[in-house]
Amino acid sequence: MADLLTATPATAVPSPPRRTRRRWRNTLIGWSFILPNFLGFAVLTLIPVIAALVLSFMDWDSYNAPEWVGLKNFQRLLDDESTKIALRNTAYYALGHVPLTVLAALGLALLLNRKIAGVGFFRAAAFFPYITSMVAVAIVWNMLFNPEVGPVNQFLHFIGIDDAPGWTTSTTWAMPAVILTSVWRDMGYYMILFLAGLQAIPTEHYEAAKMDGANNWQRFRNVTLPGLRPVTFLVLILLTVQSFKVFDLIVVMTDGGPGRATLVLSQQIYRQGIVEGEFGYASAISLVLFALVLVLTLTQFWFNNRRERS
Amino acid sequence: MKSPFRLAGRVLLYVVLIVAAVAILVPFCWMISASLKRNNEVLSIPVQWIPKDFRWKNFSDIWTQIPMGTYLRNTVFLSAVITFLQVLTGSFAAYGFAKLRFPGRDALFFAYVATIAVPWQAYMIPQYIMMQKAGLTNTFWSLILLQAFGAFGVFLMRQYYLTIPEELSEAARVDGLSEYGIWARIILPLSKPALASLGLLTFVNTWNDYMGPFIYLTSNDLWTIQLGLRSFVGQFDADYAMMMTGSVLSVLPILLIFLVGQRYFIQGIATSGMKG
Repeated sequence: MADLLTATPATAVPSPPRRTRRRWRNTLIGWSFILPNFLGFAVLTLIPVIAALVLSFMDWDSYNAPEWVGLKNFQRLLDDESTKIALRNTAYYALGHVPLTVLAALGLALLLNRKIAGVGFFRAAAFFPYITSMVAVAIVWNMLFNPEVGPVNQFLHFIGIDDAPGWTTSTTWAMPAVILTSVWRDMGYYMILFLAGLQAIPTEHYEAAKMDGANNWQRFRNVTLPGLRPVTFLVLILLTVQSFKVFDLIVVMTDGGPGRATLVLSQQIYRQGIVEGEFGYASAISLVLFALVLVLTLTQFWFNNRRERS
Repeated sequence: MKSPFRLAGRVLLYVVLIVAAVAILVPFCWMISASLKRNNEVLSIPVQWIPKDFRWKNFSDIWTQIPMGTYLRNTVFLSAVITFLQVLTGSFAAYGFAKLRFPGRDALFFAYVATIAVPWQAYMIPQYIMMQKAGLTNTFWSLILLQAFGAFGVFLMRQYYLTIPEELSEAARVDGLSEYGIWARIILPLSKPALASLGLLTFVNTWNDYMGPFIYLTSNDLWTIQLGLRSFVGQFDADYAMMMTGSVLSVLPILLIFLVGQRYFIQGIATSGMKG
């Protein structure tokens, strides 16, 4: 394998010591390329990932020395009402955010996957919310959702809904408001992934289906959806991971409130770890977050494999 | 001849598209419209989309109400430095992963990919402790170090390098160019679209980042525009017009970058998301 690396005259058959030397040289060159990035990556990502694991079994606050306590942090987690609420809210958010974003993104991609005038503008418009900052998004949507004078409720009144919800000021409606905002923001990103997936489906498949007399719906059902399966799988995984990490939007839009109605896991980690300085306990919560993401991802892999086989 | 059905379908499609575009863009229109109003006109009933008289003064007033200049300068500085480092070290490392063969390479690359899947929240506590012990919290160093060596850049660049034919570098080797020379003189010039994608995505992400500065920067004179904007909301709770003016100012640079580099955003997302 190493022979591919450096050019040697084709006639020269390297003797064993020279070959070892060249192997070394190749390894050195390889590492020299990776090192500048790897040093930063190892110290600031790889080590912290491992440290988080260890820390979750320790008692450590910013003042005292760390102490091994076994599963104590995890026990505490089971008794902690706000952590349980955060867990429930995170699941609620994911259950709303994932399916709605998939539907919206797929719908947009299907609409915009054709050669029509102005398609570039429409695609750009759908994507633009995604690169707008969370802070600006949250401030604007908070005003749009204003219960008395916000445009959303004015519109609802206009179409005849008189008892419009209080959105971010109501414990029942705060989470739906957050979910709606996040779907609006994220759908453009996933639309791009779906568009790439749609363009990868060979046109012959559609032509063949047309020859067989399949109507629009049948073509969508039997050509488009199966063709999109790999992208859909990827989108579902990315969205699930993203939902479980939600932080910025919540912090700026509701700060977990009203009460604890939108408190999520990442925010609980932040509060316990960085605000309260309970490093061990916060690490235990982050381990739970990571384990959940891992289990959900693996389950999706498993479903995907089974479906592909059948 | 187009059948009337197809024509009707086309008209319907445009109606649907325009309604969708309006629905998506309404929050931006609202933001711009409110930034040009008097405060007491912002939340009037019914909504007035075009201000009675355009109040451009908001855009000059905001600089004296909050240290907007400092925030913008800090944000530009951080975004530029982080983007430069991320693109430089990322493309350099990607060359090692895509074009060189040496023992341990694949295991190392696996470590990179695996950590992309670990949510940042899962290891932000140890990172924070390290930064605190090193005395780097509340300095730009913490954010630069944390964001400049991301695994994402390495991954995205490697995906692109794999599409560059091996024969090119092979020919250069025969001509006696060193591996560093091949990277600098052949691969880099060929990967301009990928460099642009990575650069733009990193720049925009850093510009918009809230959580990083929120955790690490406590002094007001180090704040980025996102922190400034957020605190503005707390301080001047009812000054809606100013809030929207600040939001417009924070989004405007991104809009300009987006209009110039749209193609690269799309490409970057399609490459990094799809060919994993």
